[in-house]
Formats: sequence, structure tokens, C-alpha cells
Amino acid sequence: MDAILLQVLNGLDKGSAYALIALGLTLIFGTLGVVNFAHGALFMIGAFCAVTLNKIFSISSEKVNPDKTDFLGNPLVEKTPYLESWFGDTGIAIMDWSVPLAILFSIPIMMFIGYVMERGLIRHFYKRPHADQILVTFGLAIVLQEIVKAFYGANPIQTPSPAAFVGTLDIGVYIGFAENAITYPYWRLVYFAFACAVIFAVFAFLRFTTFGMVVRAGMADRETVGLLGIDIDKKFTIMFAIAAVVAGVAGVMYTPINSPNYHMGMDFLVLSFVVVVVGGMGSLPGAVLAGFLLGVLESFASMNVVKQFFESIFIPSIDQIVIYLVAVIVLLVRPRGLMGRKGVMEE
Amino acid sequence: MAILEVKGVNKRFGGLQALGDVNLSVDEGAIHAIIGPNGAGKSTLLNCFIGRLIPDSGSVIFDGQNLLGLKPHQINQAGVSRVFQTPEIFVDLTVLENVMIPALAHRDGSFKLNPFRRMRHETEVRDIAVEVLADIGLDTKLDMTASSMSRGDKRRLEMAMGLVQEPKLLLLDEPTAGMSRADTNNTIDVLKHIGDSRGITMVIIEHDMHVVFSLADKISVLAQGTVIVEDAPENIKGNPKVQEAYLGSAHE
Amino acid sequence: MNSTTLSDRALLLFFIFLVLAGPAILAPFGGSYPDLLQKFAIFGVFAIGFNILFGLTGYLSFGHAAFLGAGSYAAVWMFKLLSYNVLPALILSVIVAGLFSVVIGYISLRRSGIYFSILTLAFAQMMFNVAYSVATPITNGETGLQIYNDDPQWLQGADSPLTTNLFGLKMNEVFWRPEFLGFEAQFNVGYYFCAFFLILAFYISMRISRSPFGMMLRAVKTNQTRLSFTGVSTRPYMLAAFVISGMYAGLAGGLWACMDPLAGAERMQWTASGEVVLMTILGGAGTLLGPVLGAGFIKYFEAIFSKINDQVLHSWFAFMPDGLENVMVAIVHPFVGKGWHLTLGLLFMLIVIFLPGGLIGGITSLGRWITGRGRKDQG
Repeated sequence: MDAILLQVLNGLDKGSAYALIALGLTLIFGTLGVVNFAHGALFMIGAFCAVTLNKIFSISSEKVNPDKTDFLGNPLVEKTPYLESWFGDTGIAIMDWSVPLAILFSIPIMMFIGYVMERGLIRHFYKRPHADQILVTFGLAIVLQEIVKAFYGANPIQTPSPAAFVGTLDIGVYIGFAENAITYPYWRLVYFAFACAVIFAVFAFLRFTTFGMVVRAGMADRETVGLLGIDIDKKFTIMFAIAAVVAGVAGVMYTPINSPNYHMGMDFLVLSFVVVVVGGMGSLPGAVLAGFLLGVLESFASMNVVKQFFESIFIPSIDQIVIYLVAVIVLLVRPRGLMGRKGVMEE
Repeated sequence: MAILEVKGVNKRFGGLQALGDVNLSVDEGAIHAIIGPNGAGKSTLLNCFIGRLIPDSGSVIFDGQNLLGLKPHQINQAGVSRVFQTPEIFVDLTVLENVMIPALAHRDGSFKLNPFRRMRHETEVRDIAVEVLADIGLDTKLDMTASSMSRGDKRRLEMAMGLVQEPKLLLLDEPTAGMSRADTNNTIDVLKHIGDSRGITMVIIEHDMHVVFSLADKISVLAQGTVIVEDAPENIKGNPKVQEAYLGSAHE
Repeated sequence: MNSTTLSDRALLLFFIFLVLAGPAILAPFGGSYPDLLQKFAIFGVFAIGFNILFGLTGYLSFGHAAFLGAGSYAAVWMFKLLSYNVLPALILSVIVAGLFSVVIGYISLRRSGIYFSILTLAFAQMMFNVAYSVATPITNGETGLQIYNDDPQWLQGADSPLTTNLFGLKMNEVFWRPEFLGFEAQFNVGYYFCAFFLILAFYISMRISRSPFGMMLRAVKTNQTRLSFTGVSTRPYMLAAFVISGMYAGLAGGLWACMDPLAGAERMQWTASGEVVLMTILGGAGTLLGPVLGAGFIKYFEAIFSKINDQVLHSWFAFMPDGLENVMVAIVHPFVGKGWHLTLGLLFMLIVIFLPGGLIGGITSLGRWITGRGRKDQG
């Protein structure tokens, strides 16, 4: 029982990331009718916003201390971050909290990138064939990730969470299990809560604002909304920027969980596509639900018991392919996905 | 002998009852016109015949075979061809290719794996296609790309695609809409000629009463999703129900 | 009709000439060495096959590298089990790729358009994961599959060569090294072996596009719904096209293993699938010659660009004042050497945005513009 609960928890953080990316993908697809192959790159750029801010905060003054030597016997160079020398403890705290602060830093950047992407590129592809849309965003994804690689190198870059969230919470004790039966890193809890908040905000925004109403109407029937004389173009741009921000902040907060590297975007994108297909193309709740579901499923598949069972029927390393297998089954049994509207995926 | 028997077909779109209990009987070899005011459900009914829409209830029996639940290509292979209202042609292909595709589908069935057969050896199918195109007056434009044709020519091409299959039943959705008077008369002649010489049964939706009364052996009047009258043309003209359906809707 | 037959025949002869004279033609460009020439032919086969699916039907598969990888693995297994003879290896690689494409195609083709692209991408990624970790006993995981001394090789004759060969004819043998205008050209057995299949692949794709079957595929691209109302069952046509192009990919993978008896999971990655898409659209999707041109173009520049390092760059810009030289080197540096993928991505975008018809499309419209026919059409 406790083992199962633990796996559910373990799946939630990855599930959160899938859900957030899939949410943005669905928004863009539903309103603009474009499948954005560069959406994973936006997630990756978000993560590197956090890396960048962390680097900026750690810019240090260098002073040679002649009294000490480093392990090579040279005079020791002491580094003091400017933030520390200027603001003392406040400065240290700011550095410590660089990842959450990076959210504020990343929002304008992601909005700008989203704006430029839609205005400069995607816009000109609304009337082109789907294949062209896919190809051009695919090309963009390669360009973005190669640029990041050129600046930050190919290796993952560690970006720690604030010290307050290092360590694990013993959840099990609170709900009547033995000590250390169910422990869970604080930061993953934060990530899950954060993802829920973002998802809630997006849904509230779509439900309770006029803007959201138009967007929802547009997702249901794009042509009609266009006929109503609503300036749909501008709304599309804003929608794209919002989706970019959602992907970006998802990336920012993910950095302490997994050190970001330049190809993380594409890794997550492929899985998020599967999530979208399983959830039902064009369904926002479907995307969120399927995101969490597949995240949890993946974590179950990595349990030793499950792995051994599947190895005994000659399917080793089931955790590596479980999501794809589920996608295939869903597609064969229920082609429009878990929550897809009838007719959306039918052709 | 009825070749097409439509019984109790219902179709709702959300709250709108598009078709309510439609009954229709089309005699073999006849030209059967369906008329009615705008929004009466004529195109919806046609879409139910070819598998583009699936009715909520009812049956469509063609030649002893239930068409409901069949895939579009199976319905076509059973002998039902449709001429679309807005031309749905293969715009990137040439005029001749556009007609050869349905001709090949008619001869070879719904699938044939022949990647090594050369197109230019398909002289038999080609001759049939050219003949139909000649009938319809497009034989001078065989190698033209379909997208670069005029709208009237596209409509004629669309009709040639239906005719070349020599279907048992040809469904025509406003074949002369937007045509000049001369073209309309020409189309009437072509359809008459084909109906007589090949014995093709036709169901035709039309607004132009000139066309309807020149061609039809029998007329069904559709209003608000149901057939209100089904009778010979001479009896339709004076029918008070029909006048009410047209005038009533026009007055409102 | 007769004119197309004539021009087809001329095109085929031109193509054969181009391929057979390849080593000589490329000598002045520094491209006449076996490794690069073989890549031209292998990726030419791959792109021609991909074009049968994408160019004719418009269905964009993002997973074709998976079939290429499967072909490579199958071929290496034949080397391990039977002998270094390339024929059984090639046969098995085509069969294995064909089987995989039947399964993947059957499921993916339940959807069209973007869904199809997503599904093929997901399948390819799954196959990559399978090859990389799940099926390690078969694929040797990260290390990649290769031939070891203790492999059975049941049919390996005592005196037959210990390298890939066709009944004793070694693939890596260079049988003629003449000089053309001061450049060395290397005529290699392996290249001509691949060239044979490249010409065969080209001929078959030409026959397909001139057949009723090919016409149906082009009709799918234009208006698939209409085609089904015309009495054509589109799905078996699509599946046939998918499997044919999958078998082409398998052949390419098999040839690759025949030239260099290794197979690794990285051949199946999405970047590899993206590369064949780029080759096809760069040359001109739907044209006969385009995909081969695109493949040659990409592989050539990959070979050239990857070799450029900062030293080479400094020698290029040496004529400039030192400061400017460094600036220029800094600007160009991210695009060459290891940055080749950045150039590839940019090229990808530029082609899609500005040259949707690819090189062939560009040349055609240029030709039309020069002869003035284009202006008349517009006027």
C-alpha cells in the first residue's frame, strides 16, 4: 500500500511537467490549429532562464589570498559573489532563491519569445499545409536547442532549489504509515503544487474572462468566431504568448528536479505529444488528466516488482516504453482519446 | 421496381431536427428529383446516402443492400456515385487523371496494388474517360491541371467523374447551379442522353424548376426535414401543399 | 504521353551517368572518397523511399529512421550468424524493416495529417528506447551492435575475406585511384554496390509514380475524402506506400551496415528522421530527382562543415586585420564543426519558408522565368 502511494507521488512531478506542456500544446492547437514542434524548446528555454539567473547572481569578485594555496599549490583565488558583498545576508538569500525568482525573470522573456514566434513565423503558416507548419517549427526547435548548446555546452547544469526545500518530507507519518515509509522531496511537492496553481489559473482565465470565452469559442468553432468580427489575430498572439509562458515557468521550476540540458525540450515534447493524443486532441482537461496519469503510470512501471513481472513475460525495461504502449492501446480502443470530443480525432 | 428505398430516416444536429422520418422510393431507371425550400434538408439527405453522415435511425436500402454503416468507398463500389455541389476534384491532377481515377476505381475495385503497371498502358480506361469528357465538352482540355480551370468547367469535370463510373445510381447535387442558360440546357441534354442510353437511375437535387421539369420522372418535395409530397411532375405543379411549402416559407 | 516516356528515359540515363561517374565528378570538390560517396548512395536510397510516402501522398512521417535502424541491426545480425556476405544481410534488412513498417503503419495510418506525424514520431522514439535499453540482448544497447571474433558465422568460408564482401569482392576495396585535374578520385567497390541499388531504387520509384497506383497516391495528397467517395479505399493504398518506403529505409540501413558492419541506436533518433525529411524537401518533395539531390547536398556539406575548425577559419579570414579576423571567426564558429546542426536547422527553416518546392522547384520556376513563360501565365 505505502509502496503504491509512493509511486503515485513519484509520478506526480513528471506528470506535472507533461500536463503543463500538453496544456500549452492543446491551447495552441485548439486556437491556432498549429502543432508546435518547438513547444518543447520553450520548456527548455524556461529552464535555461533559471540557469542564467543563477549564473548572473553568482557573478563574483575575485581576490587573491596570498596566505592560502589551492590544491595545486598556487595562491588561492577567493570568489565572493557581488550580491553577497553588496547586500550581505539578503544577497545570499536572493542567490539561494534564484529558481523561484527566475519565474519573474522568465515571464517577460517567454512572453517576448512567444510574441516574436507567433508574429514573425507561425502567423505566416496558418494557411500553409500542416506538413509545412510541422516542418518549420521542427526546424525552429533544432535552431533553439543548438543555440542553447552553443552558449551552455552539452552537459547538464545543476541548479539547486532554495535550501529551505532541500531534503524530504515524511508524508507517511501524517497518514498513519510507519516512519520513512513514504518520504518525498520537498521541492517535488512544491512543483506539484505550483503546476496545479498554474493549471487552475489557466482554466480560471479561460472560464471567467471575456478573452477566455472567445478563445473557448474559437476552439469549438474557429470559423464562426472569425465571422463574428472579433479581432481573432490579436487574441491568437496573446494565446500563443500565454502558452509559451506556461511552458517556460514549467521549465524554470523543473530545474532542481532534473539538471537542464539542451535536448530536454525534445525529450519532453515527444512524450507530451503522446499525452495530448491520449488525453484527446483539443481537450484541455484531457491533456491535464492524461499528463498526470501517464506520469504516474511511468513511475509505476519503474517499480522493481512491475519490472520483474514484465521481464518474466519477456518485456524488459517496461518503464522506458510504457507510455508509448498505452498510447497505442488507447488509440486502438478509443481513437479520440480519453476526453476528446467525438469527431475531433475521427479522421 | 424501386432501386433505392429510404425508410424513416431521422437525423438531429444538437437541437435541430434536420431530417424527420423521411421516406423515399426511387424507381430503377428513373430520374427522381428532390426539391424543396432552402434548409429543407436536401443535402443532408444526400449525405446520408453516401455515408458522409450517419442517420440516427431509419434505413437506406439500395439494390437489396443496406447502405447504412458501409464506408464511403463501399457505397460507391455498390454502384452509387455522387456529383458534389461545390466541385470536389483533384486540383493538382490533370483533367484526364481526374476522370481516370473513378474509372479505375470502377474497373479495379477499391484497391489494387499495381505499382509497376504503366499509366500509358491503361488505354482501355483512358478511352472511356476521354469519351465521357467528349460527351461533356472537356476533351480539348485533357492535359490541363484541374486547378486552373474555370468554375463552370470544374462543375462539368465533377459530373464527368460521376458519369464515367456508369453507376447504377447517380446522385446529383444542384448540377446546374451557377451555370449559364446555354450550359444548363447542355447539361440537361447530357443527363437525358445518359439516362436514356445507359439506363442510369438518378436522384437530383435542384432549385431550377426548368431543369427539374425537363428531366424528372418523379418529384419528391422536402420541407422542414420531411417529404410532404411524392408524385409525377404534372401533379406537383398544382399541388396546394407544395405551394404552401414554398410560398409559406417565402412569406414568413 | 510519348514525350513523358522519352523524358523519363532521358532522366533515367542522365541519373545512371551521374551515379556511375560520381567519383570523377566529385573529385574536384574534394568529395571523392569511399565513405562520403557511399553515404550519398545510401541516403539517396533512403530519401527516394521517403519521398514515395511524403512526396506522393503528403503524409509526413517523423519516424522513418526507425526502419533504417532496424535494417542496420538485421544486417549486422546476418554478419554475426552467417558470414560477411552482404546479400543475405540486405535481404533480411529489407524484410525486417518491412515487417516493422506494416505494424507501425497499420496503427499510425488510422489517423491522418498532424496526428499521423505525431504517431510516427512517438513510435520512432519508442523504437529508439527499445534499441537503446529495452532490447539490449538484441541491439547491444549503448555500445551498439558489432561483430566479435567469437560470433558463430556458420557459413563463413575458411578463405573468404574477414570483411563485408559480395562473394569475395571486398566492399572496402578501392580498385582505381586516377587523378582528375590534380584531384584524386577513388573508385570503390562498396560505392558501386550501393550505386546499383540507388539506380534500382530510382527506377522503381519512377515506375511507381507513373503507375495507376502512384496516381492514387497523388490523389490522396490532393483530396483524400473525395477519393473515398470515388470508390477507392485509401487506407490499403497508404499502407502499401508506407511499407514500400519503410523497405527502402531498411535497404538503406542494410547498405550502411554492409559498408561498415556496425549498428547503433542513434541511427533511429528523431534527429535522423528529421534529416531525411530535410533532404527530401530541400531537393523537392514529390519530384523524382529532388530527394537524391537533397541527400547529396546535405551529406556533402555535413562532411565539409564538420571538418572546419577554428584553425581553418583563421586561415580563411587571414587576409583581414587581426581584430576583424577574430570577429569573423567568432561569428562563423557556431555554425561549423560541431555546430553543423545549427546550420541544418536554419537551412530547414529557410527552405520551408522561402523555397517550398525545394531545389528542383526553384530551378523549374527559374527556368520558367527565364523563358518568359512564367510571366505569360501570370498575365
